[in-house]
Amino acid sequence: MTVIEVENLAKRYGETVAVRDVSFTVEAGEIFGILGPNGAGKTTTVECIAGLRTADSGRITVLGRPAGDPELRARIGVQLQESELQDKITVREALELYSAFYPNPADWRELAGDLGLTAKLRTRFGKLSGGQKQRLSIALALLGNPEVAILDELTTGLDPQARRDTWDLISGIRDRGVTLLLVTHFMEEAERLCDRIVVIDKGAVAALDTPGGLINRAGDEQRIRFRPSAPFADELLTALPEVRELSHQGPRIEIIGSGNLLHAVISVLARDGIVAAELTLEQATLDDAFVHLTRGE
Amino acid sequence: MSVFTKLTLSEFKLTLRDPLYVFFTLLFPLLLITILGNVPTMQETPPELGGLRVIDVYAGAALGLAIGIIGLQGMPAVLATYRERGILRRFATTPVRPTLLLAAQLTMNLATVLVSAVLVYTVAHLAFDVPIPESPLTLLLAILLNCSGAFAIGLLLAALAPTGKTANAIGTFLFFPMMFLAGLWAPRELMPEVLQRIGDFTPFAAGQDLMNGALTGQSPEWLSITVLIGYLVICGAAAVKFFRWE
Repeated sequence: MTVIEVENLAKRYGETVAVRDVSFTVEAGEIFGILGPNGAGKTTTVECIAGLRTADSGRITVLGRPAGDPELRARIGVQLQESELQDKITVREALELYSAFYPNPADWRELAGDLGLTAKLRTRFGKLSGGQKQRLSIALALLGNPEVAILDELTTGLDPQARRDTWDLISGIRDRGVTLLLVTHFMEEAERLCDRIVVIDKGAVAALDTPGGLINRAGDEQRIRFRPSAPFADELLTALPEVRELSHQGPRIEIIGSGNLLHAVISVLARDGIVAAELTLEQATLDDAFVHLTRGE
Repeated sequence: MSVFTKLTLSEFKLTLRDPLYVFFTLLFPLLLITILGNVPTMQETPPELGGLRVIDVYAGAALGLAIGIIGLQGMPAVLATYRERGILRRFATTPVRPTLLLAAQLTMNLATVLVSAVLVYTVAHLAFDVPIPESPLTLLLAILLNCSGAFAIGLLLAALAPTGKTANAIGTFLFFPMMFLAGLWAPRELMPEVLQRIGDFTPFAAGQDLMNGALTGQSPEWLSITVLIGYLVICGAAAVKFFRWE
């Protein structure tokens, strides 16, 4: 079932074109990522989906209704960037108050527990750390038991541990059947969480694929470095179809190639009784794919 | 409890955590009345005041001060901050409309004024024999009209000021001349004719006239009513037109 459908979305602010032409669909139960450099149009796109902005042209459907339909507000949870609360409201008061906004709210105590906020319930918003504010913001987005949650830059400002905890939480939310739309600029986050990713660049779709698929587009070049236990003739390895380049770097050898490179190289060496010490393997990452896809031409 | 009630109570709770707001809207008017009430000249009855003593007039002025502080300084700064910090935007993502938060702010501030009015007139009556108004209903109407003019200006300030700080700065800039013309430093009846006539067209002076009139049981001045409703309509409409939610 398609939960979000964006077709030829365009939006400009005065003379500035924020989104030129963006189309994608998000399926039920998916974690769908929106990646892109700063100013690519990611936030505008999700704001149009959330009904906070009206598209200039194009069509957006969410849960079978046009974006902006008032009925959707109870069914979508939104966590925006730079959206704060009153300094003097406590975590508990905020959770209780916002619960009252929804027809069918989640148990805020449980949510606070899941997000590690239980010890902070009596703390005022102004006294929370950046990470705690962010977690409260995520909790507020999930309070209404939404069918779709839109999270914009959800782990920005979190320390690495808190970021990993949030990722676990996100996986947990998906397990409850919530469809998630994540805007992020952390590759590791997108690679780890997302089922599919749309890369937006200069207001248009640069690529739409699974994380693995995107990485493959960057080429599956691999790089192996090691120190051989005994010298050997280069031809031994350059003869392999997987190997493209071999170079000597002092006592080390660097090999660039593709396919099942590591296995091929190690097998040949093992046959000749050579041990590859200090072995490292580098593969293309989503980072490489991202740079490859959004490189300015 | 309805969402609106919960929201209003929440705004109340948050506001009461601001010691400055509590001091200036609830304690300061009382303090002013108590201090002035002990000044002997305040018991005099200058002929210009139509039978009222100076202290009688100052009961209204003290309340006008609370209304002015809320309308020009408190509320615009709070609302502009709500926009600046994305609180209104967050509301826009929920089933509750951001307008409801504005309504809760207005209700909360109006309730504060009414509490302050009860405190001011009670203390003024018990301690300094300020008369109980001939028609409490007219006094209530006078207070409501004064608030509607002041709050409409406040909403317009909140609509136009880009940040909470600017809203506060503009509000403070307007506060002193308006309070002067309303007679906070000297009863406006004792001012030169020119200043009185200018004052007629400012919201706090018009509100002051209505409150004093209610005290003596005169029928309310149509000019004052028209001026205040004018501020409500014009500033209110401009605020609706220019208000930005983000």
